[in-house]
Amino acid sequence: MSGHSSHETQEFAGTTRLFAIVWGWLVALTLVEVYLAYIHLAVITTLLLLIGLSVIKAGLIMAYFMHLKFEKFSLVLALVPALLICIGLLTLIFPDSFRLLELGAR
Amino acid sequence: MSEQVREIALESPWAGGRSPFAIGSKKLGMWLFIISDALTFSALLMAYTYARVANPDWPRPFPIYPAVVFSTLMTIVLLFSSFTMVMAVAQAHKGNRRAAARWIGFTMLGGLGFIGLHLYEWMHLIAEGVRPFSNPWGAPLFGATFFGLTGLHMTHVAVGVIYLGIIAFGFGRGKWSAEDVEVSGLYWHFVDLVWMFIFPMVYLMSVQYEPTAGAVGMLLGR
Repeated sequence: MSGHSSHETQEFAGTTRLFAIVWGWLVALTLVEVYLAYIHLAVITTLLLLIGLSVIKAGLIMAYFMHLKFEKFSLVLALVPALLICIGLLTLIFPDSFRLLELGAR
Repeated sequence: MSEQVREIALESPWAGGRSPFAIGSKKLGMWLFIISDALTFSALLMAYTYARVANPDWPRPFPIYPAVVFSTLMTIVLLFSSFTMVMAVAQAHKGNRRAAARWIGFTMLGGLGFIGLHLYEWMHLIAEGVRPFSNPWGAPLFGATFFGLTGLHMTHVAVGVIYLGIIAFGFGRGKWSAEDVEVSGLYWHFVDLVWMFIFPMVYLMSVQYEPTAGAVGMLLGR
């Protein structure tokens, strides 16, 4: 703990090694995503796998790079659930998008 | 100093602590902005997906080589700039102002590299005939969603480069605190995070598996 930080800042947890490992995982998951696109699976399978991997990557970025893992958990509770609920509400538009397909458009 | 911080951090938010999240108001403000901006991008991605599902002739114009390889390179450049940013924040908290400014400089280079690569790709697509409301391959909305999504993201990267430039210049000259660097880092990582969704949704979901499909589609009038 250095004495340089002013009273309004916290110590910044995490070492260069930790950040390098996280970065390596992010690049690796990106390459896995590209490979998934390359092997040409069914559209819905690709979509679900890509979204899943992207959520993991977003979690890694938020937890380590954006430092959320080292903050108080109350901050996570204030930010993340509200975001997830709002994104969930946005998906309510989708049943309408299937209308044309169900009407037999091509 | 850190004892005091720990005291605040350990205090229950319900106990009337003066800082329930144990972070400064600037950082909380940036986090709230990030959440709202995340919703803006979510809405755009949803609108894009909606338009895509509702249009059976949505084009898939990106062959693995060169388009997807190129956008993967852009992704890695942006990811690398996130790594240099986290190093800048770590140095700033150690009080190494010059080192922090130098790492921010690398981050800005990454951001500029990303913008350069992205604009090169845009020009390529524009030369192929993609416009916001028309393209040679299929559903006309492709251009609007593509340029809208990637354009808003590129705007965020450009604003971020300017923001980081101001922070690096001031912080390197002894102005401001490490918290200001950390707050700018939050913004930068967020811009990176958004790309982690745009890249798979826009590029990887639009891979063209048969190189001739586009041309055949055009001949058949699709």
